[in-house]
Amino acid sequence: MFSEWKFTIREIAEKPDLFMSGHRACAGCGPATVIRLVLKAVRGPTIVTCATGCMEVVSTIYPYTAWATPWIHTAFENVAANASGIEAAIKVLKRKGRIKQHIDVIAFAGDGGTYDIGIQALSGAVERGHDFLYVLYDNEAYMNTGIQRSGGTPHGAATTTSPAGTVIPGKPQYKKPIADIMVAHDIPYVATASPYYWKDLITKARKGLEVEGPAFLHVIAPCPRGWRYDTSKSIEISRLAVETCIFPLWESINGEYQLSAPSKTIALKPERKKPVEEYLKTQGRFRHLFTPKFKGVIEEIQRITDKRWQRLLKKCGIN
Amino acid sequence: MESVKQKVLALNGDEAVAYAVKQSDVDVVAAYPITPQTIIVERFSEYVANGEVDTEFICVESEHSALSACLTASAVGARAFTATASAGLALMHEILYVTSGCRAPVVMAVVNRALSAPINIHCDHSDSMVERDCGWIQIYAENSQEAYDSIIQAFRIAENPKIMLPVMVGLDGFTLSHTLENVHVLPDETVRKFVGTRQFPLVTTHTGKEAPLRLDVENPMTIGPLDLPDYYFEHKRQQEEAMRNAPEIIKKIHDEYAEISGRRYGNGLLDPYKLEDAEIAVICVGSTAGTVKTVVDNLRNQGVKAGLLRIRTFRPLPVDGIRKALEKVKAVAVMDRSMSFGGHGGAIFHEVRHVLYDASNHPYIVNYIYGLGGRDTSPNQIRKIYNDLQKIVETGRVETPVQFVGLRE
Repeated sequence: MFSEWKFTIREIAEKPDLFMSGHRACAGCGPATVIRLVLKAVRGPTIVTCATGCMEVVSTIYPYTAWATPWIHTAFENVAANASGIEAAIKVLKRKGRIKQHIDVIAFAGDGGTYDIGIQALSGAVERGHDFLYVLYDNEAYMNTGIQRSGGTPHGAATTTSPAGTVIPGKPQYKKPIADIMVAHDIPYVATASPYYWKDLITKARKGLEVEGPAFLHVIAPCPRGWRYDTSKSIEISRLAVETCIFPLWESINGEYQLSAPSKTIALKPERKKPVEEYLKTQGRFRHLFTPKFKGVIEEIQRITDKRWQRLLKKCGIN
Repeated sequence: MESVKQKVLALNGDEAVAYAVKQSDVDVVAAYPITPQTIIVERFSEYVANGEVDTEFICVESEHSALSACLTASAVGARAFTATASAGLALMHEILYVTSGCRAPVVMAVVNRALSAPINIHCDHSDSMVERDCGWIQIYAENSQEAYDSIIQAFRIAENPKIMLPVMVGLDGFTLSHTLENVHVLPDETVRKFVGTRQFPLVTTHTGKEAPLRLDVENPMTIGPLDLPDYYFEHKRQQEEAMRNAPEIIKKIHDEYAEISGRRYGNGLLDPYKLEDAEIAVICVGSTAGTVKTVVDNLRNQGVKAGLLRIRTFRPLPVDGIRKALEKVKAVAVMDRSMSFGGHGGAIFHEVRHVLYDASNHPYIVNYIYGLGGRDTSPNQIRKIYNDLQKIVETGRVETPVQFVGLRE
């Protein structure tokens, strides 16, 4: 199913960037790192399509572009439909001899473009079985429009539309289990990744490209502006998300779940599982939870994290 | 030149459209079913299932995705087609602008149908009239034959490097879409030769290289970027330039097609009927023109100098042509099959009246809103419109500038 592609850090460093410097993302931007890493995994000519969102905005301010590969953006909610059209066109033009080589297709979208407004197009595209890799860079709110809550925002997080009030302590609802929803579509490849574990991320992006049919890669992508932390901490926070099991790393190959190395270690040595507080305390969006009044919310976050972790272990056949 | 030998098929309007698409070497079709457009996608699915076309057919989950997929397929270099109606077109609204803004030459059949609420599946022009500002060329067919002919011409128009704009071809729901008609069809190879292969204008990429406008791995290009106040306006102006280039090219393509097929619809933009010496005239789009012609013939037999101006290409609006066509007319009635609520008349009325402001001749001009939600409009009702015009000419007075036809008060 997958090639035996191996790479060294040197090879990756020397591989030309398809997402080039000069874009205008904020210092410490998690999504920019995610996109750069994903594009290190390409195996040849690749067409990229982006949903409206941070990454589209910062990378293509006319007349400049950060994309060294053919790239198109059309709207917010339709990136999976765009990928469908690109893939169909490549297929038919190859058949007619007007395109000679194999071309991969990658769609990038944020959490708003995936969990919320884009889920219909995404569900339709994967149901139809188009051969493309969908990458969700999840910074857990509508950051481009000013930090509004999305279906991907975690419980208790303060955003501008789920503020930490005196009565309601941030977002009351829970994060939608989007990757599980994608597994439920019975597609060949779904995985989660974190930019701290860059090798794992690149390997998974490559697998997503290699697999025949739709692949979905869910990447945690910390945002210093929206999550309220120092710009130097993005990678550290993307590590803590995994170590606390708030964002475990796993793959589903043809519906079979398996833990990826960093999370597997925790499964085998549960004492390494860090309390959620260690993750929450690094970010200003959870600051209000560290007051006596809302202490219960942290316990609730721990409870839901443990519940989802246990459910994942079960799916992976670990008891 | 003698036109080529043609088969005569009994087709309804939707089938005529599907047949034209089948013959036009279309690479990608993405569509979602909606009455009264469904027959187009059903017939096309059969062509795909029977291997009669080499087309990627994407059965998308919404009209929004249908147009989104056509747009990007077109950006890759494919010839793309979709079809919709009513609520489906309204759902596409956002992407209509994106398609013209990306200069993607997608062709779409719009089987005209009323908009909700209340929900109604029958014909009026509310769906496409509201989209007149979205940067698409709009052609309205009078009958199924013209729907067939217009779809074939539409690919050539859209893909012309001086235009590069999407084209929608309107045909009246049920009246055309579901009514059998004898349709003359050209041989496959004739159509294929006429539409040719897709043309691509050369543009300068971000690396400074000249390359065909498409997503090409040899010449990476960024399409659909963020455009701020420093450039956006110029890009919109370019779309308007393309619209200005369109009339002459539409006429030329129409002439070329007439040479092959022997069929003409006026000059491709406007299709006048007994208008040369007319003193009173009706203006309309779509299938109603057929009924109007019958009435004109009857009136002519009675010695009344009645005429018709059917607008075939509504976008770009044939400004000079309308002015010239109405030069000698004393009173004009514009028939609108859609409403601009609170806007004092329908869209065509507004535009025709606006065109005449700069004309040397200022005929009386009145508006009739008719046929909403599929209500039938009879020859008698149209005769009444001409009678009104006669009265206006005689008395020199317009009593009611905007009125309804066949409405219970």
